[in-house]
Amino acid sequence: MFELTGVEHRYGATRVLAVASWRAQGGEQWLLGGPSGSGKSTLLHILAGLTTPTVGRVVVAGQDLAALAGAARDRWRGRCVGLVPQKLHLVGAVNVADNLRLACTMAGRPVDEARIRSLLEAVHVADLAHRWPRELSQGQAQRVAIARAVVNRPALVLADEPTANLDDAHAAVALELLRTQALEAGATLVVASHDARVKPLLPHTYMLPARVAEAA
Amino acid sequence: MGPTRLALAYARRRPLATLLVILLAAVGTAMVVLTLAVSREIETRLTRDSEGIDLVVGAKGSPLQLVLAGVFHLDVPPGNIPLAAVDELRANPMIAQAIPLALGDSFRGFRIVGTEATLVEHYGGRLAQGAMWSASMEAVLGSEVARATGLRIGAQFTGSHGLAEGGGGHGDAPYRVVGVVAPTGTVLDRMVLTSIESVWDVHDAHHPPDTQGEAHDHDKAKAAGPAREVTMVLVRYVGPLAAASLPRAINSSTNYVAASPAYETARLLTVFGVGLDLLRAFALLLIVASAAMLFVALAQALDERRYDLAILRALGASRGQVAWVLLSESVTLALAGAALGWALAQVTLSLAGAWFPAAAPLAETAWTLRGSELWIAAGAAGAGVLAALWPAWQAYRLDVAATLADA
Repeated sequence: MFELTGVEHRYGATRVLAVASWRAQGGEQWLLGGPSGSGKSTLLHILAGLTTPTVGRVVVAGQDLAALAGAARDRWRGRCVGLVPQKLHLVGAVNVADNLRLACTMAGRPVDEARIRSLLEAVHVADLAHRWPRELSQGQAQRVAIARAVVNRPALVLADEPTANLDDAHAAVALELLRTQALEAGATLVVASHDARVKPLLPHTYMLPARVAEAA
Repeated sequence: MGPTRLALAYARRRPLATLLVILLAAVGTAMVVLTLAVSREIETRLTRDSEGIDLVVGAKGSPLQLVLAGVFHLDVPPGNIPLAAVDELRANPMIAQAIPLALGDSFRGFRIVGTEATLVEHYGGRLAQGAMWSASMEAVLGSEVARATGLRIGAQFTGSHGLAEGGGGHGDAPYRVVGVVAPTGTVLDRMVLTSIESVWDVHDAHHPPDTQGEAHDHDKAKAAGPAREVTMVLVRYVGPLAAASLPRAINSSTNYVAASPAYETARLLTVFGVGLDLLRAFALLLIVASAAMLFVALAQALDERRYDLAILRALGASRGQVAWVLLSESVTLALAGAALGWALAQVTLSLAGAWFPAAAPLAETAWTLRGSELWIAAGAAGAGVLAALWPAWQAYRLDVAATLADA
């Protein structure tokens, strides 16, 4: 489903990420592990096409990302990638259902109201569809963010530290939802986390070393 | 839920700032629209009242005063000229029509004009009631005079000296209303029309000691001797060639002044124009203040929305789309302000027409969108774009990965 080969990322002369090779098949569910500062978020952004690596080849869903730029890359990301950012961040100016509609229109997809309804039901927030994000609890906001990430049936779902600041029960629920929804959408799931509770729940692991950073 | 709807959702989230921006733009736009309407009406009225009058011939004095007194009836005449001047002018082959006017008195602020029936014809007037005057001391009222004074056929009234209300009266020489002219939309509507002989008779019967000032130049003329006088003559040329030589000939070879209403009107509009330009400048200042307010609101909002915009990019929005969110919000608010301002101006025009009869023609122009007003909308949209340019540029070049990592 995706393949990274000889990927490195540098900020100036400092190398912050190095991935010799990482390959995942469609529908697989991966933990992207490593301690804080190991480059997990950077690697997620590279997979999402938000960051272009300094060197290396990234192919996602059959698309060499080096061949895409500008609006074409944005369109590809909207179609193929669903992102659950660490802070979730729902767009506060619109309600819960509109957050999902935004995900459709920003990706250039028609708004599928039936899909939105069923997704909100699946993550148990259907009754909150017309609420404002500021009225949601952390757990409710996380469920909406997960629904938003999969609403376009992306090939790849990326979640950045989804269990941070959650107790064990909520962490398990969040992860289970992510796994279920990714599976239902037929997507490959990559969860970036340094949380030890996550590892037993995901079948595949790619670990980034503790200290990648070094002068080039 | 596209970028434009999202922009409106953002605007709704900060209602006070949004309202202030819209109100500032609306007040500025309303002022621009109103000054345009007023200047258009002034120009139309001046043009309509002076249409078909090529020259005003009267006593020596200010040509502008002569035109203001004889064409627009807004000023007192500089003096009188002999009745013989009318015949002299009519004998001139370059003159197609010469209409004499005898001025001096008024009734409740409306000027009493001693003239001939051709003046009514000149303004396209037709009788709505009664008949034209056929004897001395018979009067025909313009439509506005009849409406404002409530005088009907057969009613009697007396004139007072001068143009303003409250001058000394001619209580011993009453006029009798014999007709009312239908509305013409011209200065005729504000005239009390009678024969020149009526004006002479009023002043033959009434010779007070020399009255002060302008109001009673005709009294002085009467006291000087039996020779009849008129106040001025409205002249229409036979053809355009007369314009080149006739005014100069009259001014250089007679004791009269020949004033061109077209030229004096243009001068008058220049004077009015300064005041209207000042109003327009103030209105534009309000619109600029609104754009500045919009800029500040968007610049502040940009900080608050940085992460929102990064999320939109992560969801697949292009740089252009996130920039458009800010641009469309700004342009929408500016256009809303312009639309509200236009509507405010139309309401003001309608109310002004209802409350002040003199503004009735303005009210008739209300709720009609004009080309010049579309330019105002384009200007408002331009101001909206300018206000949002920098914030939109910042949104365009947002580093999505860095913003998401900073959150």
